[in-house]
Amino acid sequence: MKFLKTDVLIIGAGGAGMYASIAAAQSGKNILLADKSLISRGGATVMAQMTVAAAVGHEEPDHWTHHLDDTIKSGQGLCNEELSSILCEEAVDRILEMSDWKTDWARKDNRMSQVMAPGHSVKRCCYVDFLNTGPAISRTLRGEVAKHSNIKRASGLNIIEIIVDNNIVKGAIGLDIETGSYITIDTNAVVLAAGGLTRIFSRNSASLNMGGDAYALALRAGAELIDMEFVQFFPIGHLAPRLVGMDPIMWDPFRYKLGGILLNGNREQFIENYGGADGKSYTVSRDLASYAIIKEVEAGRGSPNGGAWLSFEHVPKVELESAFGPIIKKLAVNNIDLTKNAVEVSPIAHYHMGGIKVNTKMQTRIHGLFAAGEAVGGANGANRLSGNAIPEAFVFGKRAGQYASEYTCTKTILTTSDGVSALSKVLTKHKIDNILIKDNNDIRMTSIMKKLQDIMWNDVGVIRTRKSLTNALDLINNLNVNYFSKILPPDITVYNKQLMDWLDLRNSLLCAEAVCLSAYNRKESRGAHQMEDIPITLTEFEKNQVIEMNDGCLLTKWENVNKIEFKLKKKLQALK
Amino acid sequence: MNIFLDNKNTTTLKVFRGTDSNINDFNFFEVPFNDGASILDALNWIRENIDESLAFRYSCINANACKECMVLVNGKTKYSCTTRLSKETTTIEPLSNKRLIRDLVSDIVPPKEKL
Repeated sequence: MKFLKTDVLIIGAGGAGMYASIAAAQSGKNILLADKSLISRGGATVMAQMTVAAAVGHEEPDHWTHHLDDTIKSGQGLCNEELSSILCEEAVDRILEMSDWKTDWARKDNRMSQVMAPGHSVKRCCYVDFLNTGPAISRTLRGEVAKHSNIKRASGLNIIEIIVDNNIVKGAIGLDIETGSYITIDTNAVVLAAGGLTRIFSRNSASLNMGGDAYALALRAGAELIDMEFVQFFPIGHLAPRLVGMDPIMWDPFRYKLGGILLNGNREQFIENYGGADGKSYTVSRDLASYAIIKEVEAGRGSPNGGAWLSFEHVPKVELESAFGPIIKKLAVNNIDLTKNAVEVSPIAHYHMGGIKVNTKMQTRIHGLFAAGEAVGGANGANRLSGNAIPEAFVFGKRAGQYASEYTCTKTILTTSDGVSALSKVLTKHKIDNILIKDNNDIRMTSIMKKLQDIMWNDVGVIRTRKSLTNALDLINNLNVNYFSKILPPDITVYNKQLMDWLDLRNSLLCAEAVCLSAYNRKESRGAHQMEDIPITLTEFEKNQVIEMNDGCLLTKWENVNKIEFKLKKKLQALK
Repeated sequence: MNIFLDNKNTTTLKVFRGTDSNINDFNFFEVPFNDGASILDALNWIRENIDESLAFRYSCINANACKECMVLVNGKTKYSCTTRLSKETTTIEPLSNKRLIRDLVSDIVPPKEKL
């Protein structure tokens, strides 16, 4: 087993992880930035084609407290308002800092262009043309990271376990995918910045590495998670015809700008039947649009592939060409001509509001364990305001990196044998199970993942019921007991995809259970958690649900929401 | 979303296997053919239905954002996520100017990002 030593280990090299490493590097300490994919290329940030909310006030007068109001409203009573305040206030600094670092934000007359997005009270959302926000900010951060000689970048390093002793981080073990070897890492500060879990739903906008690694690592390390029942479904993800080379959530700004119309399988407008208004104004909320599409499909009125039609056929060609710009050509390559045909769309799992429970220093209850970005829970409550994901990556990344590098404790000495012993715990549990159950070579890891994704989509998706959630818990348990535990951990060799799948599944199954259990306990409908059989929001549930792992079992409890003190609210009012 | 690879038309992929670039070892896989499906869709279909050990690199799946999925398609460097399946037998190999790691995975990691 190889051995490495670093002051701070950052897991995940998307927006949050890269920002954290840049901030941590200011301390002069040694930083190890690890990603199981390539630095800056895996994860959600690079895929983000859309907008970034920050109250820079270039387009019209704005203040971060207005952004906070909108964020809290969208979070429907569950925002950790302290975290939301930090997010909205510091988003402004981070966006301008990115500007200093030469991110090419769209501009008019030397001022940043900002657009309206659902849920915002003013034009607040910055972007890089055309649908290029994610790649542009990834490039900027990649360049900044490279300027720091004390940041060691490690592509293809999959961190599989945090080593904790007496609630203090001692180190981690990882798999070096490309050389096929396990590594022990001696460190006393770890930042979890490995994103969300949307890949565990069959319809998703996730990249390969968004199966919930950060949450599973946190749970096993002894940290708590919060609000895990809240998964944001994006209502009009692309479904058909096959579209490659584009983010599946690309239609939203165009629908907003051009008034794209949603039609069911019978080519009838249906949003009105569910109490929403469709058409030019596009005021229907994301939750309602998702709900309406799923209900139409259930009623047998879906589009051929199980979604709805999104039509721009009524929009003049000139208007389409001007709005879509070069995107028109990309669509043509995919045989999509919007003047002649509608496309099929469907709700897709897009973002996870839940996540690791942290304080304002991004610290968990485990000493030396920090989190950043989508991996953090709480700032967005029961539903995230559009445009808040990227600022969250920047703001929480910066904080986590800064506080992790400041963190000191009595340095424990980790040895390779500690790593070997931690690794054997990861691998043996399953070997013991396997002796008890007869060998089954026919079980594929890809098929278990597919089964898990279907369970989550069908029973824990846009519309849930008590019955669907108990059913899902049973099915996930069955996947664990009768499938996953029958598979021996694959042997380590260079670039072993089966070993990578096995490690992914181990995390995704745990996350799925956490989501289901939390959803089952919340016996109401609120924000992104919609219960068909309990369609009301209850004051008694205006609480956060906290989940932890104890002796291999998940335990939940309710906690009061962290609301900002009345006095502080007054002060914020005065600032406006 | 794998709704695109379920019809009865098929095509064949000739795929390089192994960890030694001096040994010409290819597998032939018959995969479903559907208009619009990408090479990456077919490679994933092979892992899900025929041989889970097949190694190839990708992250963002279809968005052509991660740029990790480059391979040789009939000898030309292409992104497997945006290159469409063809009705003709198609040869898929790892990049020839990079060190081979396994199957279709070559060493594209920048030197400063290695341990």
